[in-house]
Amino acid sequence: MNTLEAFADLVGASGAVAVEGGRTQWSLGGPADPDARLVRAPSGVVSHEPEEMIVRVRAGTPLEELRAATAEAGQFAALEASEPALATVGGVLACGRSGVRRLGWGPVRDAVLEVTAVDAGGSLIRAGAPLVKNVTGFDLCRLLVGSLGTLALIAEVVLRCKPLPEVERWWRAEGADPFGVAATLYRPLSVLWDGRCTWVGLAGYGADVDDQERRLLRPSGFEEVAGPPPLPGGGRWSYPPAALAGLPGAAGGPWLAEIGVGVVHTAAGDPPFDPASHVRPAAAAPSAFQPGPAHQPALAAIHRRLKEAFDPTGRLNPWRSPLRSLPPQASR
Amino acid sequence: MQDGLVDALRRALAPDRVHADPMELALYARDASMISGQASVVCFPLDGAEVAAAVRVCADHGRPFVARGSGTGLAGGATPAGDVPPVVIVTTKMNRVLEVDAAQRVAWVEPGVLNLDLSRAVAHLGLHFAPDPSSQQSCSVGGNVANNSGGPHCLLYGVTNPHVLAVEVVLPDGETVLLGGVDPEPDGLDLRGVFVGSEGTMGIATRIAVRLTPLPPSVATLLADFPTMGEAASAVSAVIAAGVVPAALEMMDANIVEVVEAYVRCGLPTDAAAVLIVELDGLPAGVETETSLVSKLLLDKGARSVRVASSAQERESWWKARKSAFGAIARIAPNYYLHDCVVPRSRLVDVLAEVGRICAAEDLVLGNVFHAGDGNLHPLIVFDRRVPGVLDKVHRAGQAIIEACVRAGGSLSGEHGIGLEKRDAMPLVFSAADLEAQRRLRDAFDPLGLCNPEKVLPRGGSRCGDLADLPAGAWV
Repeated sequence: MNTLEAFADLVGASGAVAVEGGRTQWSLGGPADPDARLVRAPSGVVSHEPEEMIVRVRAGTPLEELRAATAEAGQFAALEASEPALATVGGVLACGRSGVRRLGWGPVRDAVLEVTAVDAGGSLIRAGAPLVKNVTGFDLCRLLVGSLGTLALIAEVVLRCKPLPEVERWWRAEGADPFGVAATLYRPLSVLWDGRCTWVGLAGYGADVDDQERRLLRPSGFEEVAGPPPLPGGGRWSYPPAALAGLPGAAGGPWLAEIGVGVVHTAAGDPPFDPASHVRPAAAAPSAFQPGPAHQPALAAIHRRLKEAFDPTGRLNPWRSPLRSLPPQASR
Repeated sequence: MQDGLVDALRRALAPDRVHADPMELALYARDASMISGQASVVCFPLDGAEVAAAVRVCADHGRPFVARGSGTGLAGGATPAGDVPPVVIVTTKMNRVLEVDAAQRVAWVEPGVLNLDLSRAVAHLGLHFAPDPSSQQSCSVGGNVANNSGGPHCLLYGVTNPHVLAVEVVLPDGETVLLGGVDPEPDGLDLRGVFVGSEGTMGIATRIAVRLTPLPPSVATLLADFPTMGEAASAVSAVIAAGVVPAALEMMDANIVEVVEAYVRCGLPTDAAAVLIVELDGLPAGVETETSLVSKLLLDKGARSVRVASSAQERESWWKARKSAFGAIARIAPNYYLHDCVVPRSRLVDVLAEVGRICAAEDLVLGNVFHAGDGNLHPLIVFDRRVPGVLDKVHRAGQAIIEACVRAGGSLSGEHGIGLEKRDAMPLVFSAADLEAQRRLRDAFDPLGLCNPEKVLPRGGSRCGDLADLPAGAWV
């Protein structure tokens, strides 16, 4: 029963459905419609081909299972979640959110090479290819990553794998300049900052990491720690990375910022900056080309047309919308 | 009708930047592919507002339009095609680097900025734009965005999509919208990711925020020569299987080595059946470790010799040789047809042999110069189009090469795109339902169907592919 076809049959062609992964980001994009039928994607690592650096995995597979399967051959796929035993591959991709290693690993959307999904009519559709390089056809893979299961339900994916680094190590220092550190290290894995402490993660060949530690981290007072700090779980915000310098004066409660990335985790549910001021914060370099107005009518129109084209009856994950400024519509 | 269109465009832009004389139109009838179309008007906007004005005129007149950068595309993506000759909107005059934020490693550029000019403009900051197509001296960043372009160093750094943070786009109805953002999680679907690689069918990029990449502190470039193509291909698999991801891993066969050596004279072994260029970059200790590991693997797999570039000059001369292959090939014959397919790396040996058989059967001269590390083949068929019947042979061989790659588990294009060239081969790799989903995506951006029509998706559903089946008004 754990086949893609069985999942397609389960989704069927009518009635509201909500897809359930590990429920670690369950409220993202709105609550689930309580009347929607809950479905789960099939699970399991189908195949790992180390010489092709790809892994084929069913969407319901927990990240921990994927990690263990790829690690056997010395590789990993760059998906990350704070609860890897619960969070599923499909859930992480549908939410589209990266973890604290994004500076080194890149966003999750860049790890996806092929997607097989169930569309609103209950049919399987496929996009991309199980190849590390491919520009054949329009990029439905990137369309579905972060779509919260509102356009089609991800059933199986092929992910890019990378060799596991020889070492991954973490350091912490109080009072160090996180922006200076991020600028001098060569392609760091992660730089995190809570206004007082800076954490640095480096991955690579042991001798190179030792050398960076000796030249760049020890002189600034960094000491080795077991790993990154726990994330404040109240809110998650997206800012131009240059804006993060303005955080200490602006944020009310505890926060942790991903330097060089722009994600800010807060303990409180409120944004650390005024949404209007983050467009061009006083602390950042003046820029003529910072993001435009949050609400762009033409952007909402494309979202609406996509939803109507992919899910004309609004049956896939009703009550949820990937575009915050476009309220979801009840299923018909 | 035509007069009204030209006048409206001249009012929207300026009379001297809207051209409709036959000589000028002929210049824009095709890109670097072999597929010609017919332009109705060619216009040269100076900024996003003028692009929007031109697109609105097209929408008002119900006329299709095609964006064009440097016109170096090889799949006909910028060829004006269709029953109604499209308006060609050329972005070459929009060629300013608008802003460079060295601290955040972001540059805002206009679409007409040339790929290599951008890297040169930021080199003094220790940065570069990582996608490096062989045409990087002449191709534009806007074209790279349209085609999700690759290049040798995409093996480690990825193709264009990961290097684009935001795109200001004039949509097919003339509205301007910002897709993506310099912040990491912009609201909504990843329409930026969808737009990059959409081959000009979803709007026209007018400003682009690109990610700049630090220049590596240490680089080692290795050149290995092999007595057979098969041994070179198995060495490629061995390197990847050993857990090394080189910055670039390129292969050239004997025909290519012979012509580029005659052109560049950088000491390539002209008696080799295949040459691999392997570039390793990063921090010094890792580069040193990987250099010895890769050297050993190459020798184990049959390399007669492995040289490490002893200077930047030597390294650059090897890259010059690699990147000038398409020009140098003119020593053999005046025309070439450059293919672009991807196969699983483990199938390189079989597929290269099959491609050789296909070309031999048609009595065509073949060169192979390609991105071996990611399985991205570039069979280069060299011919003289004045020879009667040769074009038929070239197309038959091309179709057979595509089919062989697909049979081996490969795909139609690794970096050149689908355009017109491979549009009708799409059913070889996608079902009718897959193609319908792609059509829905495109139509959400372009409900009127005016934006680079005829490209990427086959017209009539899931007919089996035939390369020669081109739209009306196009000719090869």
